[in-house]
Amino acid sequence: MRFIAILFIFCISLSAPIIAFGIDSPDEMLANPQQEKRAENLGSQLRCLVCQNESIEDSSADLAKDLRKVVRQRIAAGDTDQQVMQWMVDHYGNFIRLNPPFTITTALLWFMPILALSIGLMVAFVTLRKRKNTVTAALSKEEQKRLNELMKD
Amino acid sequence: MQDITRRRLLWSLPFATAAVAGGGFLAMLSRLRKGNFDPREINTPILNKPIPSFTLADQPPSTGFNQQELQQQTKPVLINFFASWCIPCLTEMGVLQQLSSHIAIWGIAYKDKPDAVAGFLQRNSNPYRRIGQDPDGSVGIDWGLSGVPESFLIMPGGIIKWHYPKPLTATSTKTLLSFVQ
Repeated sequence: MRFIAILFIFCISLSAPIIAFGIDSPDEMLANPQQEKRAENLGSQLRCLVCQNESIEDSSADLAKDLRKVVRQRIAAGDTDQQVMQWMVDHYGNFIRLNPPFTITTALLWFMPILALSIGLMVAFVTLRKRKNTVTAALSKEEQKRLNELMKD
Repeated sequence: MQDITRRRLLWSLPFATAAVAGGGFLAMLSRLRKGNFDPREINTPILNKPIPSFTLADQPPSTGFNQQELQQQTKPVLINFFASWCIPCLTEMGVLQQLSSHIAIWGIAYKDKPDAVAGFLQRNSNPYRRIGQDPDGSVGIDWGLSGVPESFLIMPGGIIKWHYPKPLTATSTKTLLSFVQ
């Protein structure tokens, strides 16, 4: 049992450096901590095109490294966050954005929460109203008569 | 009577929405299968735009090229990013070889060593008329490259007419040649 536990911990410690982070060396980072923070924030919003569900900040793919470099070069050259993002979209399309912009093809995606909420509210409203109706429905004459008879006993 | 129709309408609304959404998804799926819709599509923005500015050093056994030279061509040119370390590029060489009799192919050696590329082209007969080096991959990024091999069809004047981010196949070659002829 103990052996298995040790083996388990050993395996986890082996995998740790792999899942840790994408930046390979501190040389990649910008000297200015504020600019570096902006670069990291931007990088986390950009898709790595090799391993498509990771951001370039998380990925250790070669292309992700190159794109991190581009982000930092542009920030160092004085680009705003928006300009860097636009540069990326101009070169790789909207697909590079992990946060999709509002377009015709993404309209359903963006409206889905509102749509789902309104459908849910509608169903709830209709059901509740129906239930209320059945509860407050007045007794018919025969029913009232029967009730009175029962109450006498 | 009016109340009943309103209620019916109200009830049918969620179902109608679900039906429309379902129809949309079905259309997407069928187009996915036919291959004319790809949600993971990369690099459409460069299509129908002028080629970016670049200069490439000579890659033996051929000579490098730059933006002006590519723009000044009077016939379409196929730009093919490749590397000696890339297995899909190796499998693509046969297709490129056949294609080279129909269209001029200019190669860009992506993140590679000149010696390694020269050896690669010696082992697999060279389909390229000109070859330039992109040792650090910076030219590739300007073209919106996401990996190798990747091909771009350049029309006279330097406009990117067609882009294929995968190894060329018999089908994709047909599409490519339909633009040229």
